Amino acid sequence: MSSLARRPWRAHSILPGFGIGLGIAVTALSLIVLIPLAALVIKAASAGPAGFVALALSPRTLLALRLSFGAALIAALVNVIFGVIIAWVLVRYDFPGKKLLDAAIDLPFALPTAVAGIALTAIYAPNGWIGGLLAPWGIKIAYTPLGVVMALIFVSLPFIVRTVQPVLQECEAELEEAAALSGASRLRTIWSVILPPLLPALLTGFILALARAVGEYGSVIFIAGNLPGISEIAPLLIVIRLEQFDYAGAAVVGVLMLAISFTLILSINSLQALVRRRLGYV
Amino acid sequence: MSVSVTLENVAKQYGAFAAVRGVSLAIQPGELIALLGPSGSGKTTLLRMMAGLEAIDGGNILFDGIDTSRLSLRDRRIGFVFQNYALFRHMSVADNIAFGLKVRPRKERPSASEISRRVSGLLELVQLGGLEKRFPSQISGGQRQRVALARALAIEPRVLLLDEPFGALDAKVRKDLRQWLRDLHRRTGHTTVFVTHDQEEALELADRVAILNKGLLEQVAGPDTVYDYPATAFVCDFLGETNRIPVEIAGGRAHFENIPVYQGLPSNSHGKAELFVRPQHLKLVEPGGSPFSGAVELIRRHGSIRRAEVAIKGLPKRLDIDIVSQIGPAIGESVGVRITHAQAFPAG
Amino acid sequence: MSDIVVAPVPPVHTHRVRSESPMVRACLIGIALAFLGVFLILPLTVVFLEAFANGWQAYIENILETDALAAIRLTLLVAIIAVPLNVIFGVAAAWAVAKFEFRGKNLLISLIDLPFSVSPVISGLVYVLLFGAQGYFGPWLKSHGVEIIFALSGIVLATLFVTFPFVARELIPHMQTLGNNDEEAALTLGASGWQTFVKITLPNVKWSLLYGVLLCNARAMGEFGAVAVVSGKIRGLTTTMPLHIEILFNEYMSAAAFAVASLLALLALVTLAVKTWLEWRFADEIAARSGH
Repeated sequence: MSSLARRPWRAHSILPGFGIGLGIAVTALSLIVLIPLAALVIKAASAGPAGFVALALSPRTLLALRLSFGAALIAALVNVIFGVIIAWVLVRYDFPGKKLLDAAIDLPFALPTAVAGIALTAIYAPNGWIGGLLAPWGIKIAYTPLGVVMALIFVSLPFIVRTVQPVLQECEAELEEAAALSGASRLRTIWSVILPPLLPALLTGFILALARAVGEYGSVIFIAGNLPGISEIAPLLIVIRLEQFDYAGAAVVGVLMLAISFTLILSINSLQALVRRRLGYV
Repeated sequence: MSVSVTLENVAKQYGAFAAVRGVSLAIQPGELIALLGPSGSGKTTLLRMMAGLEAIDGGNILFDGIDTSRLSLRDRRIGFVFQNYALFRHMSVADNIAFGLKVRPRKERPSASEISRRVSGLLELVQLGGLEKRFPSQISGGQRQRVALARALAIEPRVLLLDEPFGALDAKVRKDLRQWLRDLHRRTGHTTVFVTHDQEEALELADRVAILNKGLLEQVAGPDTVYDYPATAFVCDFLGETNRIPVEIAGGRAHFENIPVYQGLPSNSHGKAELFVRPQHLKLVEPGGSPFSGAVELIRRHGSIRRAEVAIKGLPKRLDIDIVSQIGPAIGESVGVRITHAQAFPAG
Repeated sequence: MSDIVVAPVPPVHTHRVRSESPMVRACLIGIALAFLGVFLILPLTVVFLEAFANGWQAYIENILETDALAAIRLTLLVAIIAVPLNVIFGVAAAWAVAKFEFRGKNLLISLIDLPFSVSPVISGLVYVLLFGAQGYFGPWLKSHGVEIIFALSGIVLATLFVTFPFVARELIPHMQTLGNNDEEAALTLGASGWQTFVKITLPNVKWSLLYGVLLCNARAMGEFGAVAVVSGKIRGLTTTMPLHIEILFNEYMSAAAFAVASLLALLALVTLAVKTWLEWRFADEIAARSGH
């Protein structure tokens, strides 16, 4: 009884294989992910404080970061709106081909980004399927920042739908019926009964969509045009610096991307925690 | 075949929470014993420690006087029936039962024909002949329970441990299986420990009942003893219904507000206490027949009997009293109350 | 009481409370269909139409072209190496995380998910920084004749990085919901640890394992950014199918690019079909669909 005070770092279990399981997991994680990422940070730091700031604040870097994060934000917001509508339609309504459509939502997860990239380019290029229709009106999509947004909408489309869908499915009918019986209009019911519980899921989907879109490369480079300062995304800048053997320059952009991403993810996570508390989900 | 199980001051700690706080218990070979207690009383933890599924933080658990805590689960040979049965859903009923035989090292493993002979024997024993090809998802809850038991028996266990064996079943099946388990135990004679939170189940089935509360053993005794002579206020309250009357005791006589109400207590008891009286141990008499009196406020049906609620001046809660005679009192009638049997515990 | 006849509530009524007017409904379905049509169905259609733009004959020739075949072979090779490695890792990690309680578990889960929030280009970059010509170990490797960057091992490493979380991520929630009772039962029945794992744990999670393998494989074969950085794009040698598509597209060989792309699109469709089938058939066994 006397040795009980000291709490071991893991609870006793009669199941075997903890050591080997954790050993393989931690070793693989360190070798494949953590040590290489540490190398990135070390490389970026090797530029020295002054060098780091100079590389980070160079107009080309700033513009590339602005495009990557700006376009990702717009794409994620577009997907919030359409994602909720799609999730709503898939959960609440019946129409022919619904199951097929539901399955197709995951296409951007499964379709390699290079394939998506060339397909989107073929659609939105000035001589393309849709681009050709818009060209006479003076609207250009491919080879402009708008093209970047279009590609990012594609790759981050499933995230919102897939996080909102299950929550919408579990929304109790009684809640809506109670609201209707209390005399609330349908719009009012949707706004104040159905939407609030969706908010945490929506934020989760938003984070996932944003994280994916910020780092996206394959589907963007074909359609972007890649003009430095205009339609050059941050990942592409990394590739270009690497091709010039400017390892430190590439590492600085990489570290900046990760730093901004993680700050965004963390702040949205705390916003989400706040929303959950406010709405009474503990 | 069956062995004795001895618990010596067994303890278990989860972080800051003491789940089991020094329990000692001697279980005889072939005994059928129930661990009874509310949820969180430590009964399942105790059972899992006996099985070797949880580490013992203090004390010893001995099987036939031998400490087995260093033995592997295979060498302990303990039959354990999980609350949710933990049947392997990708295996047929027969494969589930045979599992413990098939996984033995080659040298000790019975031949295939011997295994199938034993499986059909066990299926007969648990009255599930003909279901061997079914999968767990294709049989009823009660049948699953019996498959789990057959699977545990297949390894010829030295002790059989059951965690809430009837917890997941509906009332009717539960009653039938209770009977059946009792018969099975009589035939096989395994030392058997089962955990339950259902007092009726424990009292009906077990040779002895061990009552746990907050990690401590409150009382171990036969069903009649724990029911009629509970050792603690907790046991008295937990088993069956009780009325509680604050009393002053002097020389074995209990007084409520200076009225003598009961005198059957041990003559050496003194001081403030609470008298625990079961509804069937209260008798309604003529108003003059007892100094302890009040008025009937309500009469209601309570299963096979009727029950009167009698308000006593100075007592915050009405007394529940079983009405034995065909003709009972009327609502509003004044009555006298006589206590035929009671237990006193320190006020608390 | 008995003379009051309670009319059955028509189901239409409750339906109306929980739904919108047909107009609104049609509008919303229209918006959803239009959006998905433009963003999902159109690109997929374009891939196949462009691939067959010059007819069947040209399509077959484009796929059987030497460099295209080399790219297909390399892609398959990379997947055959990377996927099993990630299965081993994923199963080991899921076992440790789902079956045991230990401090730092949540940190471990977050770290396993880390590659999802790292740009694929960075996933490639880190290996160049380590093993590239001017990387930390580059010169040493070169003097010992080991090539990682611009070679198969670099491509495999970058693929491992980006597909790292897939298997573990499907297994962990499933194993957690299953709990430890089945394993405990097997152990009390005398099974060894290995027997318990092979005969009880693996069969219990086989569908979510297959699900994870499927997603892992789709990503491994389709990865572009990470592989692009480490491969050096030596035509016919270090170009996987996605890289080969890029080369062809940049050389204005559109039909050839789309022909190779159509193979990957087919892989995506098969992946989706099997995935959907798994979800319909084993919905309760596979943890809630999570975004990747």
